[in-house]
Amino acid sequence: MRHRRGMAFAAAVLSSALVLAGCARDTGTPAAGGDAAGTECARNAAPAAAGGAAAPSAAPIAPNADASALRVGLAFDVGGRGDQSFNDSAYAGLERAVAELGLVQDNTREVAAATGESEDARVSRLRQLATEGFSPVVAVGFAYSESLTTVAAEFPDTQFAIVDSVVDLPNVTSLTFAAEQGSFLVGAAAAMRTTSCQIGFVGGVEVPLIQAFEAGFVQGAKAVAPDVEVDVDYISPAGDFSGFNDPARGTEVARGQLDSGADVVYHAAGGSGQGVFEAVAAATTAEAPKYAIGVDSDQFNTVAAPTNEVIMTSMLKRVDVAVFNFINAVAAGDTSVLPQTFDLSVDGVGYSTTGGGVDDLVADLDAYKAAIINGDITVSSTP
Amino acid sequence: MSRIRSALLPPALAILFAAALCAVALVISGASPLTALGVMIGQVGQGTTAVDIVNSAAIYYIVALAAAIGFQMKLFNIGIEGQYRLAACVAAIVGGLIVLPPVLHTLVIIVVAVLVGAVWAGIPALLKAYRGVSEVISTIMLNAVSLGAIAFLIRPDSFGVLQGNNISTKPIEPSGQFPGLDTGAGTIFGMVVVAVLLGVGYWFLLNRTRFGFELRASGESATAATAGGVNAKRMVIIALVLSGAVAGLAGLPEVLGRDFAYTLTSPQGYGFTGLAVALLGRNHPAGIAFGALLWAFLDKSAIALDNIGVPRDIVLIMQGSVVLSVVVAYEVVRRYELAAEQRRVAAQLRGAPAADKEVVG
Repeated sequence: MRHRRGMAFAAAVLSSALVLAGCARDTGTPAAGGDAAGTECARNAAPAAAGGAAAPSAAPIAPNADASALRVGLAFDVGGRGDQSFNDSAYAGLERAVAELGLVQDNTREVAAATGESEDARVSRLRQLATEGFSPVVAVGFAYSESLTTVAAEFPDTQFAIVDSVVDLPNVTSLTFAAEQGSFLVGAAAAMRTTSCQIGFVGGVEVPLIQAFEAGFVQGAKAVAPDVEVDVDYISPAGDFSGFNDPARGTEVARGQLDSGADVVYHAAGGSGQGVFEAVAAATTAEAPKYAIGVDSDQFNTVAAPTNEVIMTSMLKRVDVAVFNFINAVAAGDTSVLPQTFDLSVDGVGYSTTGGGVDDLVADLDAYKAAIINGDITVSSTP
Repeated sequence: MSRIRSALLPPALAILFAAALCAVALVISGASPLTALGVMIGQVGQGTTAVDIVNSAAIYYIVALAAAIGFQMKLFNIGIEGQYRLAACVAAIVGGLIVLPPVLHTLVIIVVAVLVGAVWAGIPALLKAYRGVSEVISTIMLNAVSLGAIAFLIRPDSFGVLQGNNISTKPIEPSGQFPGLDTGAGTIFGMVVVAVLLGVGYWFLLNRTRFGFELRASGESATAATAGGVNAKRMVIIALVLSGAVAGLAGLPEVLGRDFAYTLTSPQGYGFTGLAVALLGRNHPAGIAFGALLWAFLDKSAIALDNIGVPRDIVLIMQGSVVLSVVVAYEVVRRYELAAEQRRVAAQLRGAPAADKEVVG
């Protein structure tokens, strides 16, 4: 019953295997699955993949082009390099372009934002990159929406991209993600894994962007176990972006959820996630294991051992894939090949399997994935 | 002469010391301090940076005046941060909901901002005057409350409008906007004029009115002022409320001159900048103006440091060390002058009544 992601199955074999997996749901829960709490949590069978289920597309969006003539500017969001999450993921895309597309490292520049800065600082930052001839310029984060609209109009010959926002100008490519779809899958994984029938979501800042993560997570969990209780907490309210960079409060919020009975905690809190992992690592025991779910990057790899052992999976939001493909598309001279939204169907979002924490669930999760891709399940981005 | 020296020497020393500290940090990290300073000064001529500096300085000036009013009475209004943000948010909401003839519309928005700032500062003022609650504690806590209040107010189901992944208040119609001066390289906010007028008003209030005298007297010595017939409670309330009213204006240059709405990404942190600038400017209207311009220059020119690979955080080191060293420098200069004064008096005493001394000795 263990299948690896990425293997191709004949549709019939796949669906029968999944139906079996769904019926035999109890085997999917760990050793403690037989206790009273575990049996209370009734679980639905995973969807049977309809004929012609979409196989995970590993194929590149476009063939590699030569980017050696490009000068690429990258304007980070608050936190900049080293957040082990969002900004680092964008940088990974740039690094991949250097490695695979012949982009010259000296022809790239990264600039970072300051916390709580004013609009004119963002405008100046983008304008400066454009003035110095960088094209394309990638603005990482929705905070750049207004400033990019201003600057892109001033520099019609420069190519721009913005992550997590839509700017409707001919020379701007909007790189948006269906974070709710990836969150749906890890929500399903959490509901399959929990023994207390209670799971937690820790959001960094209560903004629409992060609410999409919450929405997908809750929907995924309820799809698997309709009775599952989902604790939802945000570290800071809208407008106060400190919640993305406050591990201490991440620990507190996660500990509160663990104390109240949750045994799987998913965070969408950027740099605060480290605190969430530490809270879970402190609470986990051999008899009553607790699990954490990472976000954006494959956090089993980015978080130091032994804390990373509690990370059963991570919701991947492949900013790196988007940035790489955007640079590639600009090098090839055609940005129209890029998808409207980086969703499950192009592996723009997904879940990680590093560390083996969800090996026993992969078959079911891929069934949900296929159901989302072919439209059987629609995931809402608002809670 | 001595008074001018004791006023100008400490900040000059502090800035020199902070610059030296930054130079050392830059050399250690392998960059040239002179190049860094060069590109920062060069940045002033680039794009809209010069205009951005003036605009930011005006904002810093307003928050610093708010802080200085409190400082005059030894009151630390840490709550400027919450006061200006809540005021800007509420004013933007009101401004977006109503439509009035041009000048009137703008005036209403300004009045709302002033009132919100004043009311928000009135809470710690009453607590301080009638319950003895430290204004430092209560204003810090109210900052957190105002954060939550803003988050509630701009929710899409209260007064917010969802714009992609951002949330903003309803945009203010052109009739409510404060026209600026278009220089060709950026627009100078019209509110800059208001900031200058506030500075003049602050100077007049402090030096030419009875209230200003009582304010300064209460700050120098509360007991002496009380003995002189100053109502201490009343002074605490008026000073804090006035500070909050001025703080309420600080968010408006951007709301009325550029953004025309309050959004999730509206700037934060001006309140703390204001405290630092007021400290640097020694609560003097001209000193604060200088401090605000220096701060704005450091903030806006720092963007050029990215060009030469110098971490922009060096500017934070500079700003932090300026504030710390200006406090130390004032104390050092004060002690030095006290000692000089003592020596001078001692010398005079030894010289003039020599006969008496010899008799005693």
